[in-house]
Amino acid sequence: MSAAPRPGRFGAFGGRYVPEALIPALEELDEARQKAMLDPEFTDELERLHRTYTGRPSIITEVPRFAAHAGGARVILKREDLNHTGSHKINNVLAQCLLTQRMGKRRVIAETGAGQHGVATATAAALMGLECTVYMGKVDTERQALNVARMRILGAEVVAVEHGSATLKDAINEALRDWVTNVERTHYVLGTVTGPHPFPEMVRDFHAIIGEEARQQVLDLTGRLPDAVVACVGGGSNAMGIFHRFVDDAAVRLVGVEAGGEGIEGGRHAARFASAEPGVLHGAMSYLMQDGEGQTLETHSVSAGLDYPSVGPEHAHLRDTGRAQYRYATDEEAMEAFRLLCRTEGIIPALESAHALAGALEIGRELGPDGLVLVNLSGRGDKDMHTAARWFGLVEDEGGSAPAPGAVVTGGAEDVGAASVADGVQA
Amino acid sequence: MTAVPADATGATGATGATDRGVGEVLAACRREGRAALVGYLSVGYPDVATSIRAMETMCAAGVDVVEVGMPYSDPLMDGPVIQRAAAEALANGVGVDHVFAATEAVRAAGVPPLVMSYWNLVLRRGVPTYAADLAAAGGAGLITPDLVPDEAQEWIAASDEHGLDRVFLVAPSSTPERISRVTEATRGFVYAASTMGVTGARATVGGTAEDLVRRTREHTSTPVCVGLGVSTGEQAAQIASFADGVIVGSALVSCLMDVEVEQGLERLDALTRELAAGVRAGVRAGVSASGAEADR
Repeated sequence: MSAAPRPGRFGAFGGRYVPEALIPALEELDEARQKAMLDPEFTDELERLHRTYTGRPSIITEVPRFAAHAGGARVILKREDLNHTGSHKINNVLAQCLLTQRMGKRRVIAETGAGQHGVATATAAALMGLECTVYMGKVDTERQALNVARMRILGAEVVAVEHGSATLKDAINEALRDWVTNVERTHYVLGTVTGPHPFPEMVRDFHAIIGEEARQQVLDLTGRLPDAVVACVGGGSNAMGIFHRFVDDAAVRLVGVEAGGEGIEGGRHAARFASAEPGVLHGAMSYLMQDGEGQTLETHSVSAGLDYPSVGPEHAHLRDTGRAQYRYATDEEAMEAFRLLCRTEGIIPALESAHALAGALEIGRELGPDGLVLVNLSGRGDKDMHTAARWFGLVEDEGGSAPAPGAVVTGGAEDVGAASVADGVQA
Repeated sequence: MTAVPADATGATGATGATDRGVGEVLAACRREGRAALVGYLSVGYPDVATSIRAMETMCAAGVDVVEVGMPYSDPLMDGPVIQRAAAEALANGVGVDHVFAATEAVRAAGVPPLVMSYWNLVLRRGVPTYAADLAAAGGAGLITPDLVPDEAQEWIAASDEHGLDRVFLVAPSSTPERISRVTEATRGFVYAASTMGVTGARATVGGTAEDLVRRTREHTSTPVCVGLGVSTGEQAAQIASFADGVIVGSALVSCLMDVEVEQGLERLDALTRELAAGVRAGVRAGVSASGAEADR
């Protein structure tokens, strides 16, 4: 590999591994976003939308009843779940749709896993009068049926992708095929910090507002910086968004939490950093779950949004340089953290964000009572009610709402004392 | 290295062609005053043995270059036909070693084999290792649909070392700057995508391709072959009137789908002959800028 720095590289990672046909569109996009970031007409309009449409700044919430299970450390949530459309995804989407207009394009396409990015894109397209097509793996359309309905109600066409593993990676393949065919009038609103340059850098910059707000909010509340900033990592956009402003704060630990699925041993997981080696997928060099020949492996997570075989290239760089650490939470650990936040704080998190909460419980215990942990609560869990209800045996069947016979439905029982904290999150 | 005659050196001649590459075959087609026919099949579809027989069938029926396609889990430049072939071949256990078995067989049939592979499969084996193995197995070079010259330093070095062709693509969206960059890095032929989009048969492959070939010739004397969408002898003749080669993929792969093996090979033989007649029927009006007239 050449030692000369190349654009769009984070150390050895990133780059532009795409068909030549897309290079002009990537160059046009790179130029447009660089100009836009310096143009008050763009930045003012984006700021206005953040304030009057999304509801920014999102608040922070300290969660002491939850924190009692985290070794007594202080835990603060950055509430991206309160944004319009219910997750952080809207930050990036509003900016990219404004860019779409500036580039004179009339149509946007997007991929979606959990459906949050698809819903956000359909929302912004409705707001700005753009045509919108969203690609979603067939498996995901089934486990996130509510979000499919939301996108369609917002006027988007939702295409269920049936080939391959019929999840997020296949949705991206199909979106890229659409883009290469219709690039002249279409912008691909990529939803995370991966893909070919300039997407990883651009999407990070559009989410950096999360960390900028949170850093100041935590300072205002506590008078100091957090000891650790924790976020879940699928592609890694919410994590890069909250990490970015803290990268230069050397004393602040950055911790990404991947999906451990059913555990690393059996291979049914999406913990790239726990097992994978570098490779190229969807335009970027990064850590990639692949077999010995370079074919992409199928991944597993209870959370559709983390069910992806690669990870944003900047995360790969932060990991290899030691600036950020990555761990994983299994489906079971994430579901327990999900339940715990619901029961102790009355906040229903997205299953993706529940992985970050599971990580925060561990880190809090490592830090002890003097610790201060900031968690990016990247989305809300309404979309996950179906999965959660089945997991906890709260419904009899797919359509039902009555508790299953024998299901344990307790109320308010999570208020444990410090003595039981060491035993973990089981209540 | 024993499988290949005259492969002891990777030295490039005055034209940039290598002993191993497709340059000599394309030059011979030029001397005949016709375009070359490049035929694609996926290794391992419907199974490894049949796919190699199918490639040999194409060689006997008149292809000038075989494009040996390696199935990949995420073929983002391919349409439904090749996606399906790739998925079934992978499910049947096709591997990169089978590519080299195919290139040996095609070379033994007297036709240069160019491998079409998505980049991660090359990267995973190690670029220098892949290049050495490909050269040892009689390969002419690589077509890389998701690798642009900007990311190809390692491949350019390895292909130089082993005298392999490196076929990069241009597309209707390519600017003059991009065409210049791509053609400078290319050896063998430039792959001109006839339309914006993925592989698969199309009713028409009209004027966009001709314009792209013309724009490409402003930057290079390397042959320019046109692919994407060609499925009939008539279309091949049309493309042959302005390009140095016609690349056909999905239509050939389709011959092997949903039929008994022998019947599939018959269909493949018939279509290859139709296409081979097509590239010979094209009126070569538009090639003067290529320098072809010197050979005729």
